[in-house]
Amino acid sequence: MKLSENILMAAKNLKNNKVRSLLTMLGVIIGVAAVIVMVSLGEGAKKQITDSISAMGSNLLIVNAGRGGMRGGGHATSEPLTNKIIEVITKGSSHIERIAPRLQKSKLVKYGEISLRTRIVGCTTSFPAVRNYQIAQGDFFSEADLSGRRRVAVIGAYIAEELYSGANPVGLELKIGKMRLKVIGVLAEKGQSNFGNSDDLVLIPLTTAQRRLFGTTTLSDISVQVSRAEAMEQVNRELEEALLAELQDETKFRVRNQAELLSTVEGTTQTFTFLLAGIAAVSLLVGGIGIMNIMLVSVTERIREIGIRKAIGAGQEEILGLFLLEAIMLSLAGGIIGVILGCLVAKLVASFSGLMTVLTMPSIVLSFLFSVMIGLFFGVYPAYKAAGLDPIEALRHE
Amino acid sequence: MLIIKNLSKSYQMGEQQVTALAAVSLQIARGEMVAIMGPSGSGKSTLMNMIGCLDQPTGGRLFLNQAEVNQLREKEKAQLRNREIGFVFQSFNLLPRLTAWQNVELPMIYAGVKPKERLQRAKETLELMGLGPRIDHRPKELSGGQQQRVAIARALVNRPNLLLADEPTGNLDSHSSREIMAVFQDLNQKGLTVVLVTHEEEIAAYAKRVIRFLDGRIVSDQKIQQKALTKEVEP
Repeated sequence: MKLSENILMAAKNLKNNKVRSLLTMLGVIIGVAAVIVMVSLGEGAKKQITDSISAMGSNLLIVNAGRGGMRGGGHATSEPLTNKIIEVITKGSSHIERIAPRLQKSKLVKYGEISLRTRIVGCTTSFPAVRNYQIAQGDFFSEADLSGRRRVAVIGAYIAEELYSGANPVGLELKIGKMRLKVIGVLAEKGQSNFGNSDDLVLIPLTTAQRRLFGTTTLSDISVQVSRAEAMEQVNRELEEALLAELQDETKFRVRNQAELLSTVEGTTQTFTFLLAGIAAVSLLVGGIGIMNIMLVSVTERIREIGIRKAIGAGQEEILGLFLLEAIMLSLAGGIIGVILGCLVAKLVASFSGLMTVLTMPSIVLSFLFSVMIGLFFGVYPAYKAAGLDPIEALRHE
Repeated sequence: MLIIKNLSKSYQMGEQQVTALAAVSLQIARGEMVAIMGPSGSGKSTLMNMIGCLDQPTGGRLFLNQAEVNQLREKEKAQLRNREIGFVFQSFNLLPRLTAWQNVELPMIYAGVKPKERLQRAKETLELMGLGPRIDHRPKELSGGQQQRVAIARALVNRPNLLLADEPTGNLDSHSSREIMAVFQDLNQKGLTVVLVTHEEEIAAYAKRVIRFLDGRIVSDQKIQQKALTKEVEP
């Protein structure tokens, strides 16, 4: 007897038991779909985070204030980071492309009757280049604005939308606290990132922020753009040495590498993805046990049929093959439907919930193969049971 | 065709050793029509199952077409059941979800016959049994006599040399029983060896030879004057 004949026979049997076949497949369908959706969610979260880190700009080192002098934790103080540090960093390494010092605080901004709380970022002219911002309307502030501590502001796309309701805000007035500033430009939209809305901010000259608005000489952090990716580690080391020489305390500052940040975050989200996939895989396993359960019931139910088949000349292999094929076909069909369903759900989740989902080929192929393996694995035992039945006992079975 | 030498079968039932067959010897030649009779538990069905390669003897030897059945491997026995032997059961044993012709097709699938030829041969055999118009009916839609004729068609479709029938008329009324026996006589006349188990004297009378069993032994074995039936199968 040819394999193709047995396949046809198995298919016929499944077709004759449509409801039961469908219910059996359901476990595998849900399992495979769950694995695909979960992994796509995990991958989506990873992509979102890494994208937003890359969007910060490339080849970036960020110098933060450390926790120096503070015992038992608490907030980092920006005390040690002063304008003097900019000099130290500039001289600290020869591979620095740009430096963008920043002082940022949250404050209420107002135009007309509308006011909202946003990030006020005092920065220099290099900020857009270092942090990947484009100007959509108007201009960025100039060196002259910076040295003159002028009251000018460049606002994020979100602020432009919320405060000026879509009208061109360039040339209009903006109030930060009690200070009146003139809007000279609008940043291009960058979108949501995992570190907050990148469009929800107001840029003003660093000097204006320090002297006029906050009355301080400190900085929140300093972004350092390195000229070549290969020089990242070297610059990192050189800056740490220079800063240590200046501040005399290695707990007062921290130099963070964007690549390190990226790999840390990737590692965390990878764990997250594995966790989700693991949970989903359990449901796939449960689906497999469902197949075994149904196949065992089916063997018991069809003992007489097995006896008849044996009496008219079916060998053990043919009975074994028949039941094994039925199990494999169930899980195969379940796997295919599960893949389709999983991809559909992942797309739907992305379009309705705003969560990013990324369908990856390995997750689809693996979960599909896994489902087929499960059919094979859980189909073997019932099939052996069927093939090993004594024909006389089987024929007597009522 | 069939040579049985000192064939015995015993099995353990709780603490008791039950002997189903006690050293039975027997020969059946090609073209015979044999009725095996005896009360239930006399060993006639056990013998039948052994001739049909469904059961293993615990002693003795059984030759079918010069081949010693007990020495064959499982696969060869399956082939023997498929090609050399046709089985007819008391309860018909048709697969309920398959139509008449699909039931008849089954042994040919296991024999590796091509699909086109299978349909052709299933049709021919069913027509021979007077079931031409009912090849697409499921067993439920057929009467007992018709179901048994489908089962006979299934037994014959691989052209075996030996037809084994275990109480073939046990579930049928007397009219259908005569019909089935007429079919057997007709097949026997065409050269098929027929062995049937029955406990009805009336049915046994249609055979050419009657072997009586009691407690696992043959108590009588005699040739009889066959009561002839004319084939009057209604479709």
